[in-house]
Amino acid sequence: MILPWRRLRQLGILGMNQRNADYILPFNPRRHYPLVDDKRLTKQLALGAGIAVPQLYGLVDIVHQIRSLDKLLGPHEDFVIKPAHGSGGEGILVVTGRYKGRYRKASGIILTEEEIGHHIANILSGMYSLGGLPDTALIEYRVKFDPVFEAVSYLGVPDIRTLVFRGVPVLAMIRLPTRLSDGRANLHQGAIGVGIDLMTGRTSSGVWREQAIDHHPDTGGGIRGLEIPHWDAILELTARCFDLVGLGYIGVDIVLDRELGPLMLELNARPGLSIQLANKAGLRARLQRIQSLGEIPSAASERVALGKGLCNL
Amino acid sequence: MKNLHVKILALFLIIIGTGVTYYKVTRLGLPVLPAEQTEVWMVEARLEFEAKGNQPVKARFYVPNNPLGFTVVDEDFISTKYGLTMEDNGINRIAQWAVRRVRGKQVLYYRIELAPEVAVPIKARSGITPPFPAVPDYPEPMGSVVQALLDEVRRKSADVASFTGELLVRLNAPNPDENVQVLRKGVEDSAAWVDRVIYILAGARIPARIVHLLQLKDGINHGTLTPWLEVHNGQEWLAFDPKTGSRGFPGNALIWYVGNDPLINLEGGSSPKVEYSISSQFQELVLVAERRARQINSMIMDFSLFSLPVQTQNVYRVLLLIPIGAFLIVVLRNIIGIKTFGTFMPILIALAFRETELLWGVLLFTGIVALGLLLRFYLEYLKLLLVPRLASVLVMVILLMAVISVLTHKIGLERGLSVALFPMVILTMAIERMSLVWEEHGPGEALQQGLGSLLVAVLSYLLMTNKLLGHLVFVFPELLLVVLAMTLLVGRYAGYRLTELWRFKEFLRKTDTR
Repeated sequence: MILPWRRLRQLGILGMNQRNADYILPFNPRRHYPLVDDKRLTKQLALGAGIAVPQLYGLVDIVHQIRSLDKLLGPHEDFVIKPAHGSGGEGILVVTGRYKGRYRKASGIILTEEEIGHHIANILSGMYSLGGLPDTALIEYRVKFDPVFEAVSYLGVPDIRTLVFRGVPVLAMIRLPTRLSDGRANLHQGAIGVGIDLMTGRTSSGVWREQAIDHHPDTGGGIRGLEIPHWDAILELTARCFDLVGLGYIGVDIVLDRELGPLMLELNARPGLSIQLANKAGLRARLQRIQSLGEIPSAASERVALGKGLCNL
Repeated sequence: MKNLHVKILALFLIIIGTGVTYYKVTRLGLPVLPAEQTEVWMVEARLEFEAKGNQPVKARFYVPNNPLGFTVVDEDFISTKYGLTMEDNGINRIAQWAVRRVRGKQVLYYRIELAPEVAVPIKARSGITPPFPAVPDYPEPMGSVVQALLDEVRRKSADVASFTGELLVRLNAPNPDENVQVLRKGVEDSAAWVDRVIYILAGARIPARIVHLLQLKDGINHGTLTPWLEVHNGQEWLAFDPKTGSRGFPGNALIWYVGNDPLINLEGGSSPKVEYSISSQFQELVLVAERRARQINSMIMDFSLFSLPVQTQNVYRVLLLIPIGAFLIVVLRNIIGIKTFGTFMPILIALAFRETELLWGVLLFTGIVALGLLLRFYLEYLKLLLVPRLASVLVMVILLMAVISVLTHKIGLERGLSVALFPMVILTMAIERMSLVWEEHGPGEALQQGLGSLLVAVLSYLLMTNKLLGHLVFVFPELLLVVLAMTLLVGRYAGYRLTELWRFKEFLRKTDTR
């Protein structure tokens, strides 16, 4: 009988303590955090570097602006409202359309303008921000996801989370919203994580609430063997995000828009560890290999090639 | 070695912490267990004499001088009107009372409190080696008897110690022969007997002296000194019972003074009398150790928490326990992986539990959080902004606390009043966090985190009310350096959390069947 933690170590599973002590602390300088914690800043940086992001329709940073909300939202049939400092997908409101002067949420629930205003006020007062500091609400383009995910997504938009270490994509998964997650793509809220083979961009089996599954629980669609379109472009996009913020260990979230292709949604300086469960693979060997390299190529394409080579570890 | 720095630092802290503690336990005798008591002897010497009335009075009185095997806890001279000077001649200490004009019966008191020494005494009773005494010119027939006896004893002994022992056995024989009878003649009391033995020992040129002991026995009211014999073997003084010849001092004996002089030397007075009363009592070991430390001029005790005013001491009795609670949280979060609301909220709740007692604390806490949560959900319906909403919850929490206090007081449950000791801002934040988690992640997750917080609070309460721990951190605050060292080590712990074994159980399951 092998002790369970010995077993995990042999499999190269990265634990929370080791993630914090050996990767986040040494590779993510604190002063660069604002660049990823503030989604507005991340968006600006990405635009400056020519990385595609969902278009920003408007900003609300003082409560007074809520009164003229209809002017701001007027030109847009559908949109997303999110806190600039939110984390873990909290405080995100997705409006998919209008109904008799009211707004329809992704779940079909109708909201009045007043209720949307209250949600924005909550965002501004810092309800969803780290440490409860006053926040800004972003109103942006609602992603229309690629039809390839039609059968495996419930309400929300699936996104592709890639773990990028020193600019090299190390492990990737696609996160599929479920009824349980209320359309959100966060694993701890009940979304499904499905591992992606870095080499081919093909999905393997998934994990839902820490159990292995092969089919989406709400739609019944098979989640194994899906081929992610534009895979190489996605990888290159994630690799370039490293140059954007100067953080060594980040999670990059990318969505696939039907018309616009891959868009960078947000960066995360403290990406979770469930990506290992989704891929049924540990992170440690890959991270150690990248760590042992003295020089990291500056070209994103070379770093992607490096990441693909990790599959043979 | 990336962790070497932290490890060395931790080792250093542990060495300092345990080292100072070790010193305090072994040298100062600070108790490792709480409420330890030690026997303290209270000896009172009562001097009584008649003043002549027409001349100044001067009374020289021997008092103990760093008595072997004891620590002087306290010493007092009670003598109004008299001036007091102390004198120390290396062997004895003499107190001298003086007064110019006094009349009638005089009573002076000398009081000393003694605690048994913790450590084995370091200093040997050596001092200056005395010169060999000259052989006395014994009167006949004593001279020839002494000579014969000494010759015989010398043949049957090897050194000063065995010589003295053998001599004393012969002199004290129950059926003495004629020679010994000659030597015993004219001895009236035990002090004179010791003098006689010293006189005989001088015939063998062995330095000897008389030592006056006080036998410590509880409840003595008219105690007197017992004479004892000491001989010098060239290196140190050896004690002998002059009546049996057995080595050493009797147990619980206090050396009052050494030498032939009378205990009290009086000028301007007559018929002096000295009586001892002895009692034993039990005192807090901590207090005794504190005095002992002061006596040996230990810096550590000067800067200990005992030097603070009692009120401040009581504050520190609580404060010093907080690091223990914090360490528990470190372990529970980083090694076990339990989720709580906020990092140190459970400690503050646990501190409140100290005042309310555990069962009441848990009941009041869950009651207030549950009621507050209900009200919070109602506020959600009103669509208030965040800060006013928090403030509203705070107001309601305080009102709830007041209502609970009044109601329980009316019913006659006085414990309910202690609800006021809960940190209400913490309660408010707990309610807000819980309701957010409730909405975002569902009631299951909220209850799980709430129960997690409560569990951690109860555990840290149990730890922080532990008598032994409370005593240890207060008496040995340097042990917190050890806690700090362990916290540093956990700070660099990169292993798995216990809950991660559960989280990654999929990996474990798959590989087990393989």
